[in-house]
Amino acid sequence: MNDPRDFIAHEAGLLDERRFDDWLALFADGGHYWVPLLGAAQADPFSHNSLAYEDRLLLQLRVERLKNPRAHSQHPASHSQHVLQPSRIEEEAADEVRLRTPFLYVEARGDDQILLSGTARHHLIRTPTGWSIREKRIDLLNATRALPAIQLFI
Amino acid sequence: MTTYRNRPDLVAALVRDDRVHRDLYLSDELFALEQERLFANTWVFLGHASQVPEAGDFVTQEIAGRPLLMVRQPDGAVHVMYNRCAHKGTQLVTDESGNTGRFFRCPYHAWTYKLDGAPLGLPLKNGYEGTQLKACESGQGLPVVKHVKVYRDFVFVRLADTGPSFEDYFGEVLGALDNMVDRSPEGKLTVGGGVLRNIVHCNWKMYLENINDTVHPMSTHESATKAAEALWEGHAPTDPKPMAMEQILPFGSGYEFFDKMGGRVFANGHSVLGVNFSIHSNYAQLPEYEAAMQAAHGVERATDILQRSPQNSVLYPSLSVKGSPQAIRVIRPLAANRTLIEAWSFRAAGAPALLFERAMSYNRLVFSPMSVVAHDDVHLFESIQQGLRAGGNEWISLHRNHDPAETQQATVTTNGTNELLMRNQFRAWAKAMTVEAAA
Repeated sequence: MNDPRDFIAHEAGLLDERRFDDWLALFADGGHYWVPLLGAAQADPFSHNSLAYEDRLLLQLRVERLKNPRAHSQHPASHSQHVLQPSRIEEEAADEVRLRTPFLYVEARGDDQILLSGTARHHLIRTPTGWSIREKRIDLLNATRALPAIQLFI
Repeated sequence: MTTYRNRPDLVAALVRDDRVHRDLYLSDELFALEQERLFANTWVFLGHASQVPEAGDFVTQEIAGRPLLMVRQPDGAVHVMYNRCAHKGTQLVTDESGNTGRFFRCPYHAWTYKLDGAPLGLPLKNGYEGTQLKACESGQGLPVVKHVKVYRDFVFVRLADTGPSFEDYFGEVLGALDNMVDRSPEGKLTVGGGVLRNIVHCNWKMYLENINDTVHPMSTHESATKAAEALWEGHAPTDPKPMAMEQILPFGSGYEFFDKMGGRVFANGHSVLGVNFSIHSNYAQLPEYEAAMQAAHGVERATDILQRSPQNSVLYPSLSVKGSPQAIRVIRPLAANRTLIEAWSFRAAGAPALLFERAMSYNRLVFSPMSVVAHDDVHLFESIQQGLRAGGNEWISLHRNHDPAETQQATVTTNGTNELLMRNQFRAWAKAMTVEAAA
């Protein structure tokens, strides 16, 4: 999987298959998952709050929580579907690449489903075993609006 | 179907000494009456003065179904008026916030208003000569909210013309706001980092009750706390914790911890949970900050301020305060079964950046729509909202530690798991709902 665009599709597929441990393994040691509260307008995760700004420790916590039978909000369980537009490469260097991927995201649970849209921006680094995520940033179209619970990973 | 509108006796009967009726959470008619009465007769949090620093700055906010405008005046005062053109009712501004310059201009027919809502001008003026415009409501400018209180930059409104004064209504619970503001060595807070907004499909009172509920964390948050404990296993208790761990792990404290933290209720539905200690008590101390606080307030007072870190203080019916992580939640009811919850973070002037980071981190971890803690709360609120539709039992139990004598005094200090904190909210509800609104 040398083409980073294939990696992006693979990454979303792992989430939609609920293979969360495999997904988490894609993150680099200092990697972050970031959903800014201002969407694309936000400059950094420190001067303004975020819907989520998580390092591997917090992502691990989420993944472990989802496995716990007493994760009450997962009865019934949530399922996701990422509908990705083709990824576009923003920047490319010898051992790293930045891509943007517009998406629709559906999270379904019981009789309800939520629909979110936006652009995922990946910063990937090349490792001996393949691509690794330094940052996955999700710029939601309506990040600043009131939202219902988003339980899995956009 | 009208059941409750003209029957204060039936409304009052929904709140018994030790239980409440499910209609409180389900009835659309009661929701409409709450908008007219409860949220008009009481003092409701609108916003923070730091949102409108310059003359002409405005924030729009709907309270009890009324579209309102909070505006900074040229003389520095904060005024609140209805966001409704005196002509046809057009909203003067539809952005959430902005700066209007020196006046408001209606986008429809270009009627203009001064920043305090007074009429300024209108086109084709001659056409109104000889008419009664000036004498009637439409000639008077924007309707102004007369009862506005800016308390240490927290802006509250009472929409009804009659009712208790701000000080009489809140009384001692204002100490919760004082404590949060006094945590700034300069006595000043500013809203920072944006507002996290959640739509929860439950009645607003259910959310407010849960703010005073200490028995649920053990069972409700088990999945999050067990995951956190497993990840933190093997660390010594003295190891410095990442901020997220410092904030999440205490949710797993046992029943005894929550019972001993203590609670206090005040007249009119207000309460403080965690009068002795709370899940916020053991955040790492910051020597430079403490020194700045001592320089500002003196050693004794600084210690007193910093030692006080209640779990939640409720300024009934719309505001919940966390002084130590400098965060508030605002409860904005949308319908009987739908509530908007806002989580705000503050920067404290003269305090280190780490305090602001704590506020944002806490809100993000616990109150974001993507929170790792709140998903289980929200699921259970929505589950209750569904469950109450079932027949079989029309009552919700609030019996824990009920004491018939508890209504005899306005302020009661008690154990932290006592459902008195909720009973007190419902008693205030019944009181406000059976007073006819004058507005």
